[in-house]
Amino acid sequence: MKEDRRQFTVQLAVIGTGMAGFAAAVFALNRNIVTALTGNTGALAYTTGYLDLLGWPDGAASSIKDPWQALDELRKASAHHPLVRISADDIRRAFAEFAAFLGEHGIAYTVPGERNVTALTPAGTVKPTFCVPATMAAGPKALAAKRPCAIVDFEGLMGFSAREFVANIGDRWPGLAARRISFPDAGRGEIYPEVMARSLELAVTREKLAAALKAAAGDAEVIGLPAILGMHRPDHVLAEMQRLTGLDLFEIPTMPPSVPGVRLRELFEQALPGRGVTLIPQRKVAALRFDEAGATLDLSDNFGPIRILAQAVILATGRFLSGGLEARPAAIREPLLDLPVTQPAGRGDWYRERYTDARGHPIHRAGIETDAAFRPLGRDGRAYDDRLHAAGVILAHQDWIRSRSGAGIAIASAYRAVQEVERTLSRGRG
Amino acid sequence: MTSAQDAAFPETEVLIIGGGVTGTGIMRDLALRGIRSILIDRHDLCAGASGGNHGLLHSGARYVSTDPHSARECMEENELLKRLAPQCIEDTGGLFVAVAGDAPDFAGQFAGLCERAGIPCEEIAVGQARRLEPALSDKLFKAYRVPDAAIDPFRLALENVNHSRALAGSVYHPHVEILGFDMAGGEIRAAHCRDNRSGRLLAIHARQFVNAGGAWAMNIARLAGCDDVRLLYSKGTLLVSNDRIARHVVNRLRPPDDGDILVPGGTVSLLGTTSTRVDDLDNIGPTAAEVDRNIREGAAMIPALAGARYIRAFSRVRPLLQGGGTAEDRAVSRGFALSDHLSQGLANFCTITGGKLTTFRRMAESASDLVARRLGNHRPGTTASVPLPDDETSRWTEPGAAPRRWVRAGDAGDTILCECEMVSRSAVNQIVEHAPEIGEEMSIEAIAMRSRAGKGTCQGSFCGIRICSHLYDTGHYRDATGLAHLRDFLDERFKGQRSILWGQQAAQMELAEALHCGLLGLDSLEQDG
Repeated sequence: MKEDRRQFTVQLAVIGTGMAGFAAAVFALNRNIVTALTGNTGALAYTTGYLDLLGWPDGAASSIKDPWQALDELRKASAHHPLVRISADDIRRAFAEFAAFLGEHGIAYTVPGERNVTALTPAGTVKPTFCVPATMAAGPKALAAKRPCAIVDFEGLMGFSAREFVANIGDRWPGLAARRISFPDAGRGEIYPEVMARSLELAVTREKLAAALKAAAGDAEVIGLPAILGMHRPDHVLAEMQRLTGLDLFEIPTMPPSVPGVRLRELFEQALPGRGVTLIPQRKVAALRFDEAGATLDLSDNFGPIRILAQAVILATGRFLSGGLEARPAAIREPLLDLPVTQPAGRGDWYRERYTDARGHPIHRAGIETDAAFRPLGRDGRAYDDRLHAAGVILAHQDWIRSRSGAGIAIASAYRAVQEVERTLSRGRG
Repeated sequence: MTSAQDAAFPETEVLIIGGGVTGTGIMRDLALRGIRSILIDRHDLCAGASGGNHGLLHSGARYVSTDPHSARECMEENELLKRLAPQCIEDTGGLFVAVAGDAPDFAGQFAGLCERAGIPCEEIAVGQARRLEPALSDKLFKAYRVPDAAIDPFRLALENVNHSRALAGSVYHPHVEILGFDMAGGEIRAAHCRDNRSGRLLAIHARQFVNAGGAWAMNIARLAGCDDVRLLYSKGTLLVSNDRIARHVVNRLRPPDDGDILVPGGTVSLLGTTSTRVDDLDNIGPTAAEVDRNIREGAAMIPALAGARYIRAFSRVRPLLQGGGTAEDRAVSRGFALSDHLSQGLANFCTITGGKLTTFRRMAESASDLVARRLGNHRPGTTASVPLPDDETSRWTEPGAAPRRWVRAGDAGDTILCECEMVSRSAVNQIVEHAPEIGEEMSIEAIAMRSRAGKGTCQGSFCGIRICSHLYDTGHYRDATGLAHLRDFLDERFKGQRSILWGQQAAQMELAEALHCGLLGLDSLEQDG
């Protein structure tokens, strides 16, 4: 049977399949809101698996240890930052609910708590984050306790060097050793983390790798290795590898696209449709309009046009990488609804002279404005439509890169947007 | 300041200041006469105008209306270099095209002016021009062919240095900056320098001192008390497109103006330039307005330039000879001048400045003639007849060379570090081994200067990290220096990206920054993580 146009009628349409879009779908699902999720390929595969909340304050010389205290200070300093417009209680609830969902679906996370975690990077630097996958949790602990540890890398795996890691973190982790081994059954030439991770879903690969790790461990009690411990059941693969080696293991994220990012994307792509969310991934929404009946989204896939009718919409389309904002030579635009974008005066002001300037670049603070209910503002300075909300890093007045707050902004603002959607929907029913 | 003799800098016959094409050309010219020299540069090879231009081997046709003397010199050098250094040249041929709105008078006189300057110039039908270059505008009304070509200044400089080392044991020292001179009895006795990487001060003793400082030549001359070098500084801004847009060099058939030359550079094209008088040599960077003007003007010849993806824009200062009058910079002579500084009371110091990439050999020859004569060496210069040796280790700057060699070698274990330009581990290893002047201080930036690494679509965002990791693996880096070099390399690449970050480039930069700063923390290396 040939359909001219497939049509889905839902309560909520979420546009955007990055962290904010998926988080919004999770929160909506938990509130029994009938939801469709669509949008361009999100940037999830480029994430490390770490969930940041707030890691560096503006212009400070050291990282944030207590994000809650830092948020209190941010509240005094800025009235516009998206995280300032969300109560600490809501942020806590958002993280707890989101991490619990991930744990229930196969990727356990450390419990969001009071302090930031000093997480490891592939270069042997550290970064402040809030919540880490269970497969990575032993690393920061081993660092704090300075346990005898070996970092293992692999012949042919590019961009992850155990020697680099050790050379850079060595000052704060005495006795750390670097070892290089061959991945089981790998040929000569470049090997890729995703292929290694899928291969470790097999018991036979795990046994061979465990033997190689034991041989390489020397006096080490703990082994750190690039994030390759399985794609779909990392917690199981980690447990098996620890059982086989008799050692504690932990993962370190690799260069993007990294396995932990792909894991998150695949988790959502399986779990959400399985629980009733209509997922139309990797499709760009061509048009969105609101009328008395509700919102209409038009898009298309290989089989033809698709229409989604929704009573409310969450715009979680991200920034430049995901297409939520477009940097055109003359100005920054929001391409779907042409929402006004708060931005520097001209292109010459987008970036500072020095790339790694700790103050960050003004372009990253560009974005769309919202009211207190996270509804984007139109040209007249009022909510564009009562049924439209926004979440994630498309929001203005934040620099998620320098402040290490991308996931925090995504998760907390998605939580608030869904709260508001729930309220809108119940008003509609009443 | 020490005057004790430094073991790394034994007394030399000649000290050359400035590692551009002219300085390296003098080094080789002298070596061919059996004269040993030391070459220093405060950065590295081609860090100034030598590395910041179109890479155009002029036929001279560009200058027939404004500077016929330079036009003739260009043509003579063009023929000579094509014969003696073909490995550094892609003989693309050039077109001059006029589009609707350009002055028909100028177009009409062009062939005659070329003939007078000795430049072969053939008028071709508009249809034929558009068959040769399908990207050309449909508003073309006149077209000529001239013998323009593309030239690789980095390879020229590297091969000049390597040949000099082989011939005379001449030595090149990067990152050594001149601070001042010791003068007595009408001569310079020693140059006081600083190694900018170690901070160490040193004195270099020589019999002859040559100032080939390019745009900085006036400042260097003043350090020796000479105020007979007078330069105008003209800032030029160029753009690099992600793709090669035309096979030929394409020039606008009008008096020289903004955005009127497009030169192929291997897999990319270079568009430029603007011309703005500046007083300050530092903090020179492209502005959004200059970038936009180049694109607007270029698009009149080649409409695709309006929507092309640009990966880079850069500015450099052209040193122009200050004549009399108030001529506009484009009309100032592209000729060069050699000052013997006798009028300044110095008998062993000279300054060579002005000129063009195309005429570097001739500039080097005239300075070397003077230096040789002053040393009592009467062997004539031979750079007009001795071919520049095609040096295996300098080939990595050539677009497409790395992928060809990688495929030919067929070693899957030789993994690729720079995926855009296919620079492999063995290529990086060879560059490290064959740059003795760099020694322990080899940086990611220095490798990039000696290869295509970081010059592709990602502009070093990913390959920088991979090369850094590789250098840790080989034991070259053993502490936090590698990450600091990675940061410095990315900061340096960014200078060329800052003004063209829109569209896909902005998206890519966002990802790069999330990786470099958000994850690796290169924005806070010295701080408490």
